[in-house]
Amino acid sequence: MTAAKSSAPLVEPLRPIRSGRSRNHAEQWSWLFMRGSGVLLLVLIFTHLFINLFSGDGVNQIDFGFVAGKWASPLWKIWDFVMLVLAMIHGGNGMRLLINDYARTPWLRKTLKTLLATSVAFIIVLGSLVIFTFDPCPTGGDQSLLPTFCEDVR
Amino acid sequence: MWMWVVHRATGVAIFFFLVVHVLDTALVRVSPEAYNAVISSYKTPIYGIVEAGLVAAIALHAFNGLRVILVDTWPWALKHQRVLVWVVWGLFVLLMIGFLPRHLSNVFGGA
Repeated sequence: MTAAKSSAPLVEPLRPIRSGRSRNHAEQWSWLFMRGSGVLLLVLIFTHLFINLFSGDGVNQIDFGFVAGKWASPLWKIWDFVMLVLAMIHGGNGMRLLINDYARTPWLRKTLKTLLATSVAFIIVLGSLVIFTFDPCPTGGDQSLLPTFCEDVR
Repeated sequence: MWMWVVHRATGVAIFFFLVVHVLDTALVRVSPEAYNAVISSYKTPIYGIVEAGLVAAIALHAFNGLRVILVDTWPWALKHQRVLVWVVWGLFVLLMIGFLPRHLSNVFGGA
């Protein structure tokens, strides 16, 4: 190879095939993100399932008071927020790859990807608002459904 | 090949559940009554079985995802990736053995 320094290579290296609107390294970032977020999501979701679905009374313990009790701690608010954002982007990116593989016409791809991006953005915004504007002691309803610490607030 | 199909199928199932799950949790912002009404349906036997399936899908997707990462980055894992497929199923079976009895007794009124 050292002798061929000045001459043209015998075989022209294959250029990566690019679509019209290519962004440099976008797919490498996607690849890296799926792996990084995947490992984080494993820890986040396994813990989430262990706390909510396995410990205590499992699914039977889940009600408004249970959610309020958890979200009284900033740790679980941030936990759920990170889980929401990472899971929606990880899942949305996975769905994007499936659309690339299975949607055959450009029109269908465009439509499905627009729908996907809109849904992902909507769910992330809605979920974030729910977590950070949550009111554990709403007035007007059945007070027995509220967590016990609401009595101290009043 | 089959794990590739499993990974895609479980991924799609988890994605759609996640969308529904954020929407149902959003009901805590509507009223405690609305949230509790919808969550009580998650405690019925049919949904209990769906939840077991969901946990199964998440466990398979997670363990197989770890296998994909190992195979991508570690030559030994690439060479032994068939063994690692069995490790994925082994971990999956162990997790379900730990989870199912407790969950199903919660759902089918062991409490």
